[in-house]
Amino acid sequence: MQRFRIIKRQERLGWRSCFILLTAIALALLLSAVMLVMRGTPPVEGILTLFKGAFGSRWAIEDSLIKAIPIFLCSLGVATAFRLQIWNIGAEGQFALGAIGATWAALTFPELPKPVLLSMMIGAACIAGGVWGMIPAILRQRLGTNEIIVTLMMNYIAILLLEYLVYGIWKDPASYGFPMTPMFSEQAIVGKIGTSGVNSGIFHCLVLGVLFWIFFTFTRTGFELKASGDSVRAARYAGIPYNYLVVLVMVLSGALAGWAGFLEASATINRLQPSIMVGYGYTAIVVAWLARLNPLNIAITSFLLAGLRVGVESLQLDMQVPAAFGGMIEGLILMTVLASGFFVHYKMVPVRKQ
Amino acid sequence: MRIIKVMSVVLCSLGIAFAAMAKDMNVGFVYVSPIGDAGYSFAHDKGRLAVEEMDGVKTAYVESVKEGPDSERVILNMARKGYDIIFATSFGYMDPMLKVAKQFPNTVFMHCSGFKKAENMSNYFGRMYQARYLSGMVAGAMTKSKILGYVAAFPIPEVIRGINAFTLGAQAVNPEVSVRVVWTKTWYDPATEKEAAKSLLDAGADVIAQHQDSPGPQEAAQEKGVYSIGYNSDMSTFAPKSHLTAPVWNWAPYYKQIVNQVKEGTWKAESAWPGMDAGIVKLAPFGPMVPQDVQDTVTAKQAEIASGAFKVFSGPVKDQQGAVKIADGTVANDETLLGMTWFVEGVVGTTE
Repeated sequence: MQRFRIIKRQERLGWRSCFILLTAIALALLLSAVMLVMRGTPPVEGILTLFKGAFGSRWAIEDSLIKAIPIFLCSLGVATAFRLQIWNIGAEGQFALGAIGATWAALTFPELPKPVLLSMMIGAACIAGGVWGMIPAILRQRLGTNEIIVTLMMNYIAILLLEYLVYGIWKDPASYGFPMTPMFSEQAIVGKIGTSGVNSGIFHCLVLGVLFWIFFTFTRTGFELKASGDSVRAARYAGIPYNYLVVLVMVLSGALAGWAGFLEASATINRLQPSIMVGYGYTAIVVAWLARLNPLNIAITSFLLAGLRVGVESLQLDMQVPAAFGGMIEGLILMTVLASGFFVHYKMVPVRKQ
Repeated sequence: MRIIKVMSVVLCSLGIAFAAMAKDMNVGFVYVSPIGDAGYSFAHDKGRLAVEEMDGVKTAYVESVKEGPDSERVILNMARKGYDIIFATSFGYMDPMLKVAKQFPNTVFMHCSGFKKAENMSNYFGRMYQARYLSGMVAGAMTKSKILGYVAAFPIPEVIRGINAFTLGAQAVNPEVSVRVVWTKTWYDPATEKEAAKSLLDAGADVIAQHQDSPGPQEAAQEKGVYSIGYNSDMSTFAPKSHLTAPVWNWAPYYKQIVNQVKEGTWKAESAWPGMDAGIVKLAPFGPMVPQDVQDTVTAKQAEIASGAFKVFSGPVKDQQGAVKIADGTVANDETLLGMTWFVEGVVGTTE
C-alpha cells in the first residue's frame, strides 16, 4: 500500500490556497448529494435547486444579500475581538442590545426628520451594544473573569431584557396582548434601494467593512491590536496599553453587533419583537473563523452562508427535503473547510519504496 | 421579422402550456416547527395531506421557518412561484404575510392565529379553548392532590385563554382545584418542557397539561406515575400509562373547504374562528384509566358546546384578585377572548 509522509510546506501557497478551499466545498456538496440519494431525491437536481434558490435569479440574490447583512456586521464585530485573541461569544446579546437601543430612539422621537432619527438610532444601538461588550471586558481586566463565560451568560440576560420590554412597557396596545412594539414611524425605517428588495443597510456594510480594513492596516492602534494578538507579553513589554485595547475591541465588537441589531429592527422587521433573535450572533462566530478574520472573506462567506440558508428553503419547497438538511450541509461545509486548513500549511508526499 | 414570428409562436405555446398547467392548483404551507414534532405543525400537516388527496391539487410545505424576515422570504417565494393559496400557521407570520399579500393581489393568503386581514388575506384559528375546557373537566375529575400543573408556552392571549378554560373546566367538576402555571417561553424544546413539568410535579401536581408541541411533559408525567393531558395531536403513544386525553386540532375539513371555495371562486377574505361545531377542535380518545361516568359527563358537555347551548366563558368569572371580569348572566364576546391577559380565580402564577 502507498504510504504518505506529512511535510510542512516551505513556501506559502498564497492565492493557490483557494483550490484547497474549493475542493473542500466540493467534497461537502458531494457528501450532501450522497445524503440526498439516500433520501431518494435526485442529487444533481437537488444541488441545482439549492444553487438556483440561493443565487439563480435576481430575487434569490437579493434575498441572500438581505440575510447576509446582519451576519456580516456581527461577524465583523467578533472578528475585531478575535484578532486580539479576545473570545467574544456575546454578539447575540450585543445584537439584542443594539436592537433595543435603536427601538428606544425610534419610539421616543418618532417625529424627528429621517436623517436625524436614523443617526440617533445608530448612535443608541452602538452605545447600547458597546456598553454590553464593555462590561465583560472590564470584568476580565479588573477581576480576571473569563470573557467566554461572561459574554455567553450576558446573551441570556440581553434576550430576557428584550422580552421584558416587548412583553411589558413597549408592548403595542393594539396588538391584542401579543409581544411586539408598535410599528416604527416612516422616519425610523431604513428604506430599500430603488426597486430592489435590498435595503440600504448594504451600504452601511460596505462602509464599515472598508473602515475595518483601514483601521487594521493603516492606524497605529490597529497595528498594536495585531501585535498584541500575536503575543500579549511581548506587547506589554513594548509598552502597548493592553488593558485599554481589550476594552476598546470589546466596545467596537459590541457596537458592530449593535449596528446589525439596529438594521434588523429598522429595515427588515420595522419594529421590535422577540423573533428578531434568530442566532446571527452565533452564526457570526462560524463565519469569522471560516473567513480567517479577513473583512473581504467575511463578506463573501456571509453571502455564501446566507445563500445556503435561503437556497435550502427552495430545496424544501420544490423537492420536499426536510429543514434539518440545511443544517447538515452547513455542518459538512464547516467541517471540510476547517479540516482543509491543514493542507494550506502541510503537504502529503508519497513515501518511495526502497 | 422572422425572429418576431418565431418568438410569438414560442410565447403562444408557452401560454398554452401555462394554461394547461393552471388546472393544477398549488397550495403551500409554512410551518414554524418540524412536522415530526407530533404537535402543532404535525396537526397542520395532517390537514395538508388531506388537501393533497383532493383532485387537481398539489401541495408543498416549508418547515422550521423562523418568524420575522425568514418567513417573509419563504412566503414571498411561494407567491413568486405561483402558488394559488398559501397557509402560514404561526402568529409571527402575520405582518410578513400582510406585506407579501399587498404585492400579490391574485394569490390567496391564509394566516393562522393572528388578527389582521386584507382583500386577499384571511385570518383563521380554532376555538381550542372549548376542547381545553373539556380536558380540564377530565383533569379535575382525576386529580387526588387537587393541584393541576400547566406547562405554558408564552404569556399571550391564546395561551392564557387556554389555561383559563382548562381551569374553569376543572372547577366545574371539582371546585377546590387549583392550577399551577410555569412558563417555558418555548414552542418546541422537549428538554426544557420536560424539566418544567418536573418542577410542577415537585410542587404536588398530579395531572400535567401543556401548551407546547413536544411530548416532553407527557413523558415527565409517566415517569412520575401520574396523569397527563396532551395537546395538538393524540400524544398517547408517548405516554400510554398517563395520557388521559388531549385537546386536538383537526384542520382537514377547514382546509378542504377553503381550497374548494378558491376553486369555485366563492372565497372571500374573513376572520374565521370555527370551533367544535365545525369539528376543527375535538378531544382525543380517552385513556382506559378514565372512568366511564367521567367520560359520559364530558361527552355530554361536548355535545352542549357543539350545539352552542353552553359557552365556556359565561359569567360570573372572577380574576385572581377576585374581581368580577365577566358579569353574571353575560357571555364574553370574541373581542374579550382574543385580548385576554388575566388569569381566572384558581390559577396560581402570573401572566408576566
